Amino acid sequence: MDLAAVILIQVLYAIASLIVISSGLAVIFGMMKVINLAHGEFMMLGAYATIEAIRVGINPWVAIFVVSPLAVGVIGVLLERVIIRRLYGRMIDTMLATWGLSLLLIGIVTSIAGNTTAGVSAPLGNFTIGAYSVSSYTLVIIGVSVILAFALRWILLHTSLGLIARGTMQNPQMADALGINPSVVYSATFAAGAALSGLAGGLLAPLTGVVPTMGGAFIAKAFITVIGGGPAIVMGLVSASTLFGAINQIATFASTPVFGEVALLAGAIIMLRLLPQGITGRFFKGSL
Amino acid sequence: MNTPEQPDQTVPGPDALQRFARSWASAVLTLALGVVLLILLPRVLDDFALVQATVYVVMSILAVSLGFIWGFGGILCFGQSAFFGLGAYAYAIAVTNLGDSTLPFLLAIVLPAAFAGVLGYLIFYGRLSDVYMGVITLTVTLILFNLINSTAGPEWKIGVAPLGGFNGIPGIAPLNMPGNVDDVIGPRGLFELSLGALLLVYLLLRTLLAAKPGRVIVASKENEQRLLLLGYDARAYKLSAFVLGAAIAGLAGCLFANWGAFTSPTVFSLAQSAQIIIWVIVGGLGTLVGPVVGCVAIQWLTSQIGTQQTINSNLVLGAILVVFVLMVPRGIVPSIGSICALLTRRSRRKAYARSNINAEVSSRAAQDEHDTPDDKAKVDPHGETVR
Repeated sequence: MDLAAVILIQVLYAIASLIVISSGLAVIFGMMKVINLAHGEFMMLGAYATIEAIRVGINPWVAIFVVSPLAVGVIGVLLERVIIRRLYGRMIDTMLATWGLSLLLIGIVTSIAGNTTAGVSAPLGNFTIGAYSVSSYTLVIIGVSVILAFALRWILLHTSLGLIARGTMQNPQMADALGINPSVVYSATFAAGAALSGLAGGLLAPLTGVVPTMGGAFIAKAFITVIGGGPAIVMGLVSASTLFGAINQIATFASTPVFGEVALLAGAIIMLRLLPQGITGRFFKGSL
Repeated sequence: MNTPEQPDQTVPGPDALQRFARSWASAVLTLALGVVLLILLPRVLDDFALVQATVYVVMSILAVSLGFIWGFGGILCFGQSAFFGLGAYAYAIAVTNLGDSTLPFLLAIVLPAAFAGVLGYLIFYGRLSDVYMGVITLTVTLILFNLINSTAGPEWKIGVAPLGGFNGIPGIAPLNMPGNVDDVIGPRGLFELSLGALLLVYLLLRTLLAAKPGRVIVASKENEQRLLLLGYDARAYKLSAFVLGAAIAGLAGCLFANWGAFTSPTVFSLAQSAQIIIWVIVGGLGTLVGPVVGCVAIQWLTSQIGTQQTINSNLVLGAILVVFVLMVPRGIVPSIGSICALLTRRSRRKAYARSNINAEVSSRAAQDEHDTPDDKAKVDPHGETVR
């Protein structure tokens, strides 16, 4: 019974971490159709922002939930203005440029912070279920992922901000004619996505070692989740995270974490062959 | 881009340099240059320099493999290093088990090709778009990297060859003459073999591209739908181009394993994949010489950066990739070509304008000037592949 509860928490955690990792990418790719291969490095920047903020004495929770999204959001605006906006509509070029960007960011951070692993300990400590000990921080991540999914859906569907963003992505000329500056909307959307990536990095900083190359571990998982999810941004994110997170965790229990990851990625490739439009291309059509 | 051509407008044909690049003269010139290097370099360079040169040549083969499938087949493979690594590992494991290197050498080519066959079947016959293609190839490379990385324990072995995990496989036996295990290849022999292989690959690809299958492959890049309507199965052609590219990458991997007598999971790493893409985009898409130029230039640059501590090589490579995508999307070799063509055209136009001072001509020239940006849009290397 205790074991079942722990396994359930672990599976939920795997799903939640996929949602957290992929949400920034889901916004940038889902809304703007921009393939951001520097997503992992945005997370890395968020993690470093958190660590540095904690080091100068800011409360860890403020560092995670305020400093890292803000810092990476600002960087996102800058990069969108300088690089990304020249490449809208050219998917392959965007992919290449953002890959270059990811190398560039790794290089810059390595030059500044060095190649060593930095880290903070997870706040809150542990609680026990029977004979098993579980980190309370796991529950924080699960909670954040739930809030994130609902908040994203609410903002996109029920606020004028979300309406403006969706309208502009669908028809920038029309939005322009209605007195909305599409270029500002593009910048803001990209910044929002970057901020979510930064938040993810900050959230995961206490759990993973923070090194300049840490982004590489997340990029494939995040992409496969977003693409596996299909056209509906939030529904796709949640459904693909659920599927892949469950596969990952079950395979991890059956063998080792490495094979869990391999099972996730291999499962995703097979799923894409069966459902090339992603999960929401077939099921839950018309949802968001 | 889709507007029909006006009948009275002259269609801009390929410029002189493009024509030259497609002609047999350029192929013969390149091959002749290669043969001269093949004869000359072992006589001029000492052993150390020759060993250094060998890795440039081996990586050039890898660069050509991606240059072919991306520049001519329109297949942007983010995981060309997967096939490279598979070739290296296949050779290393097989030669440790068998002793004689003939079969392992072939296996290093066939195994990546077969793997590409399966992967390509999933991608092309699933009609997945370019974006999925990029993500899937990236993912597969990461899977291989993770898998091989985790096989450090002594229980992971194929036959008598331990996989070594993140430690890699050291002490790989070099190639030997078929049938005679003691007659192994030396550093000089390896250089000659590698450069010979590069020239052979170049000749093979040039011949293929001049023949009908090659033209269909190029056509599948330009307009897949039109090709389908003409009755060709674009998927099959793309798949065979992909498999051929993987076989060439596997060959490069085998030579690389020979070069250092060592292979490690870094051959599968993202950094390696990124490098191959940078070589090709810097050298120039849509040419076979371009990737080699880009590869040699970038490799040289990376080794220069490696000798000092202040600037990180990732930083420089990333900056190069961003700058090239934004400003020189066609790469060095085609850009040099178009600059030459622009200069000759301008001087020709000047001479023409001098010879008859006519209002109509000058207006036509002004119109030409106006048309230039359109031309640029037309030759945008990825313009057609965006879906």
